[in-house]
Amino acid sequence: MVDKDISEKKAKYLQEQHLVDFIVPIISIIAGLIVGAIFMLIIGAEPIKAYIVLWNSSFGSLRGFGEMLVNTVPLIFTGLAVAFGFKIGLFNIGGDGQFLVSYLAAAYIGYMFQLPMYIHLPFALIAGMIAGGIWGGIAGYLKAKLGIHEVITTIMFNYIALYLVGYLAGGPLKAEGLLPATPKIFDTAKLPRFVPTMRIHYGIFLALAVAVLIYYILWKTTFGYEVRATGQNPDAAQFGGINVARNMVLAMFISGALAGLAGTTQALGLEYRAYQPFGFVGYGFTGIAVALVGKGHPGGVVLGALLFGVLSRGAMMMQSMVGVPKEVIEIIQAIIIMFIASEYIFKYLARKWRERKGGVADAS
Amino acid sequence: MAAGNNLAVEMKGITKRFPGVIANDKVDFELEKGEIHALLGENGAGKTTLMNCLYGFLNADEGEIFINNKKVEVTDPNVAISHGIGMVHQHFMLVPPFTVTENIVLGKEPTKNNMIDYKTANQNVRDISKQYGLNVEPTAKVQDISVGMQQRVEILKALYRGADILILDEPTAVLTPQEVKELVKIMESLTDEGKSIIFITHKLKEVKSIADRVTVIRSGKLIDTVKTDTVTTNDLANMMVGREVILEVEKKEANPGEVVLEVEDLYAKNERDLMALNGTSFSVRRGEILGIAGVDGNGQTELTEVLSGLRKKEKGTIKFKGREITKPQTKRLFEEGISHIPEDRQKRGLIMEFKLYENLILGRHDRKPYASGINLNNKKIKEEARRLIEDFDIRTPSETVQAKSLSGGNQQKLIIAREFDRKPDLLIAAQPTRGIDVGAIEYIHNSLITQRDNNKAILLISLELDEILSLSDRVAVIYEGKIVDILDIGDATEEKLGLMMAGAESEEEPEGGGQVG
Ligand SMILES: Nc1ncnc2c1ncn2[C@@H]1O[C@H](COP(=O)(O)OP(=O)(O)OP(=O)(O)O)[C@@H](O)[C@H]1O
Ligand SMILES: [Mg+2]
Repeated sequence: MVDKDISEKKAKYLQEQHLVDFIVPIISIIAGLIVGAIFMLIIGAEPIKAYIVLWNSSFGSLRGFGEMLVNTVPLIFTGLAVAFGFKIGLFNIGGDGQFLVSYLAAAYIGYMFQLPMYIHLPFALIAGMIAGGIWGGIAGYLKAKLGIHEVITTIMFNYIALYLVGYLAGGPLKAEGLLPATPKIFDTAKLPRFVPTMRIHYGIFLALAVAVLIYYILWKTTFGYEVRATGQNPDAAQFGGINVARNMVLAMFISGALAGLAGTTQALGLEYRAYQPFGFVGYGFTGIAVALVGKGHPGGVVLGALLFGVLSRGAMMMQSMVGVPKEVIEIIQAIIIMFIASEYIFKYLARKWRERKGGVADAS
Repeated sequence: MAAGNNLAVEMKGITKRFPGVIANDKVDFELEKGEIHALLGENGAGKTTLMNCLYGFLNADEGEIFINNKKVEVTDPNVAISHGIGMVHQHFMLVPPFTVTENIVLGKEPTKNNMIDYKTANQNVRDISKQYGLNVEPTAKVQDISVGMQQRVEILKALYRGADILILDEPTAVLTPQEVKELVKIMESLTDEGKSIIFITHKLKEVKSIADRVTVIRSGKLIDTVKTDTVTTNDLANMMVGREVILEVEKKEANPGEVVLEVEDLYAKNERDLMALNGTSFSVRRGEILGIAGVDGNGQTELTEVLSGLRKKEKGTIKFKGREITKPQTKRLFEEGISHIPEDRQKRGLIMEFKLYENLILGRHDRKPYASGINLNNKKIKEEARRLIEDFDIRTPSETVQAKSLSGGNQQKLIIAREFDRKPDLLIAAQPTRGIDVGAIEYIHNSLITQRDNNKAILLISLELDEILSLSDRVAVIYEGKIVDILDIGDATEEKLGLMMAGAESEEEPEGGGQVG
């Protein structure tokens, strides 16, 4: 056997591996759309028309595109939050609670202080991150020190956040008047918009920058190495002198801060105040799906968030323009997640296919 | 023996490729009915792969498989099982929180009214365990029983599914000498019952004493199949490695210097909160190898864990290079100069999903030259990894594959490369050659001796008496968490150590007759 042969084979294998990583989500999306179409036919709607609306709702106009990005921003953050948790082996489903405390904290800083923008805006952003970070970090601490499962604590902290923020925004921090919300934030704390008439704001760049930063942390820093080592094999990580408990707390803090940025940008870029919540917005939950679709990779998360941004914008438009209930979009989302989660089947098929092809090529 | 129709298994021209490696290259293999057939080869030679093809865990790219003279397409393990093949893997595949019975009947449970019929299941397990003389406790949880017992459970699992052909992948690597003897008895009683056994091992003595025939493979290619009574262990070693192998360790007289590690009156608890170390005391000097001999479960694991900062001590002092270590923390111990080859490579030693280069920096990933500040220096890391792979002869297509794609022995070499490269003052080596081929053992043994000759202190903890005897300068025997006695290598014989390991007092009277206080 020649060396060249080996490296060629390896290169080919790696190529195919990456191909699988891309093909799986694409096939999954197509499968989701097909199943969605079948449902539409069953209920007597016109799938082709609906899908044209779906496409146009995000890509048909600049305004639509902007609105789609508005949906995408928080999903990038919550998707990154879940993905980062996965990397250390923890399942942060507390994104919604972290979202809410950050939302309120950022708004509070936004209206309580009067400062020049270059101080005020970073101050509000950081305050929001810290609030979410503490919310996640507590769950990390309870896990590391007392072994309490993070799924339980993060769910409980979702409810604590919901009622706490509800009480504060509707009570002590409520603005005068009828609106159950805090006062408006000052202009100096606002994330600027590109076009005054459109809602999309600089949060999108912040989200992309944070995605790059998370990628960098995970694969280029010693802390990221420790996070991944702990997630894969805590025993070996400990053996390697890694402080597993400290890293868990820190990683959950970061995860919480990431989800918190979704709430922070919501307050500073979109709503300019914190409303009293009447339920969870669900970004934290959708973030789990985004992280799954993105395979836990920051780049994948951005693409996943875009996908869900498009779908959720499309859901609204399809309902209002062609009368397709938005549940159909939920079905499509579910199918996509299901397919991606069953990636194993694809891998298996790909391997079979490769083996068959390999056999034929060798015979020739 | 009529050739041809007396074959339990016949594999013809098996080829299996992995990205970058040909693990099996047109290998022929045959197993006669009622024989014990050893499969021998270096780490990464392709033994496990060949057996995985037979068991349907992997599908061969080329070649044919005949079972009982019938051609069979073994597409997955269910096909193999239905043809009477059972396999006990190198790394066990049991469900730890399940009971022995639950593990054995898993997937083939007897049912009553759609519910698992535990009574019948337990009875079935008792019946087959009696039939083959494999004693187990059906209601014990697998996580609570010894490795030897777990192996019996694996064997019973195969027998319960009606296996006539058993594949045992390195069954003796994890067993104590006593357990090995029992396993051999079991294997003999199985062949008496007409079963055929394929048996993978790295221990040449075992091949000679247990197997009828042996097939040797090297780098994926068949070398030969011979009767074991026509060859010597040296012949086997040479066939397997392709060069002369020196099985005896050659070493100069030790030249010990100052004391590096001093352990005094150490107490520590085990996982189950029982005292496992009961006042252990010993010291290791520069330039010597202190071997710790003992039957498994006498505190060796806890000792290594305390010394590497993974377990809390209850009482006692540990002095390293003259200073007392009050709060042993793994990271600090590393920095002070202690390296550790853990006994369980997959649990402690490696991160299986990590690439080789990532594994090679574990424990020094935040230090120069691998890191500068908070940043990893990936280019340097890969460079160093390539150097270590070269130096330690780790068989792999590249440094960017995951550790889990290496063969068992090469995984061990990966750990050894990392720990040696730390250049420690004290090296704690727990079972450093478990599951390793003779060529690599020669290499590791020589490396340990070289480290010793370079004035390092080495604490060798091994269940293999042979290894202890051939490497150590002094031998400490541990029994129930206490050092029974420490002998100079000149005074240590296998019999003497054997007796002391079993708890017998040493010949010399202990002075003073016990401590007061
Ligand atoms: N799943 C896999 N993916 C890629 N390569 C593999 C895989 N399994 C085995 N290999 C490669 O195939 C070769 C043979 O491995 P195998 O496990 O059969 O060796 P072995 O003879 O059982 O060695 P050992 O005695 O160390 O267990 C090795 O080079 C190994 O790296
Ligand atoms: Mg093997």
